[in-house]
Amino acid sequence: MEQILTNERSDSAENTLMGLFWAVLKRDLMLAYRKKSDLFNPLVFFLMVATLFPLGVSPEPDFLAEVAPGVVWVAALLATLLSMDSLFRSDFEDGTLEQTLLSPQPLFVIVLSKVLAHWMMSGLPLTLLAPLLGVMLFLPAEGMSGLMLSLLLGTPTLSLVGAIGAALTVGLRKGGVLISLLVLPLYIPVLIFGTSAVQAAVTGLPLAGFFALLGAMLALGVVMAPLAIAAALRISVSG
Amino acid sequence: MSENKKWMPRWFYQLASPRWSYEIMGKLLPGFAVAATLLLIGGIIWALAFAPEDYQQGNSFRIIYIHVPSAILAQSCYMLMAVAGAIGLIWKMKVADMVAKSCAPIGASIAILALATGAIWGKPTWGSWWVWDARLTSMLILLFLYLGVIALHSAIESEATAAQSSAVLALVGLVNIPIIKYSVDWWNTLHQPATFTLTERPAMPAEMWVPLLIMVIGFYCFFAVSLMMRTRNEILHRERRSSWVRELIEKR
Amino acid sequence: MSFDSFSEFIVMGGHGLYVWLSYAIALVIFVINIVSPVMQKKKVISDLVRRLRREKKSS
Repeated sequence: MEQILTNERSDSAENTLMGLFWAVLKRDLMLAYRKKSDLFNPLVFFLMVATLFPLGVSPEPDFLAEVAPGVVWVAALLATLLSMDSLFRSDFEDGTLEQTLLSPQPLFVIVLSKVLAHWMMSGLPLTLLAPLLGVMLFLPAEGMSGLMLSLLLGTPTLSLVGAIGAALTVGLRKGGVLISLLVLPLYIPVLIFGTSAVQAAVTGLPLAGFFALLGAMLALGVVMAPLAIAAALRISVSG
Repeated sequence: MSENKKWMPRWFYQLASPRWSYEIMGKLLPGFAVAATLLLIGGIIWALAFAPEDYQQGNSFRIIYIHVPSAILAQSCYMLMAVAGAIGLIWKMKVADMVAKSCAPIGASIAILALATGAIWGKPTWGSWWVWDARLTSMLILLFLYLGVIALHSAIESEATAAQSSAVLALVGLVNIPIIKYSVDWWNTLHQPATFTLTERPAMPAEMWVPLLIMVIGFYCFFAVSLMMRTRNEILHRERRSSWVRELIEKR
Repeated sequence: MSFDSFSEFIVMGGHGLYVWLSYAIALVIFVINIVSPVMQKKKVISDLVRRLRREKKSS
């Protein structure tokens, strides 16, 4: 009898965990949908940064094709960073975050779900917009699949790592620049392997290794980052 | 805590007492200061005047006696900062927080020293002041990590929150350092194959590596001196309300 | 001694500038790392002394 009860409990616990995950995801997506500027600003920023390079350096197609992977990746990285500050900010200001921390629900799941929602509003649109930038920067057609796949695998890691910075600075009035200082050095591995994957795709080298590495970083991020985010949130909110 | 006492050494718990730490550091300081002075002066004289010159790089090789110890120390210092931060987070040990805070500026300055000497060494070796060599790039990123920790610490007003937040950041950085190092090494071999590396040298003769070893130990002793001085200041500041600090000040 | 004369020691086979510059920067960083804790200590102690005096006055 006892065993049945515990089994039932674990079943229901699993259900509530998934339920919790979806509820938080739905709520965050709904909030983002209602506040559309947060959705579009990083995208516009992404386009603008990529426009600056031909204007600032050279409109030469050969040259642009060579730097395109790096430019798109750096622009995506900065756009993600720009949107990071809002991740916990509004929840912190209206007190929702404090309630969330006090609730008995596991913070790990809530945080993971919030980061996923954030990625769906920043990383995913950026990935979908990337081919447009690729065309503007004369990236060869062979590189497009590499660009999109590398962004698809890389931007969730950027969101996860950026969320650590957002959680550490949420209690501060001017967190924006500080997040960049904290997080940019940690973005370097993703940037290196992301651009390398695109360059390999352009030159026709095998890609699997890069995607494996990006995937490994994502897996590590999914397991480790929510722990750091949860710890950082507890510190920032209680202090 | 009492059941843990069996496997944790006594001094570990005594470290939790700011007063005990302050006093023990005061006792240790002169010894380390003498050791650091002797080792550094001896090491520098040996390195500059007596070590043989390198058959490839000539006398510019003598920069190694500053560059390598500072690079090693900058990395160990980050490690110590993260470990001290973790101890502060887990055991809520104030002294560990203070050690972690004191590590950051010293480590950053040592990282700057390693970068500057690396850049200077690059001029006669590679012909330019800066080369995107894997080691130099990793060191630059390490400096950025230090600067991030310092910036976060100074941005948060509450001492306890600042210490905990920067401990979390230092730990995240510590997890990332091997990944960054690996990716930068890989990136470096992709972009510039077979460069002349600064430090990887086949079989150094003893006249060369003995002074290097002396310098490394000297750098560590110097770091200990500077760290203890800073930590003692930090203890005095944070414990300003306690009676023993008051007595200490009155006695002066 | 790996140098024959003092001037050779200064010139370091043409690399003198680089070697001496490195050691000078090292010296500067070392001095900073000793002087700044000393200054910090002075400031902390003067703060503490002032604090103590204020408390004695008020009590």
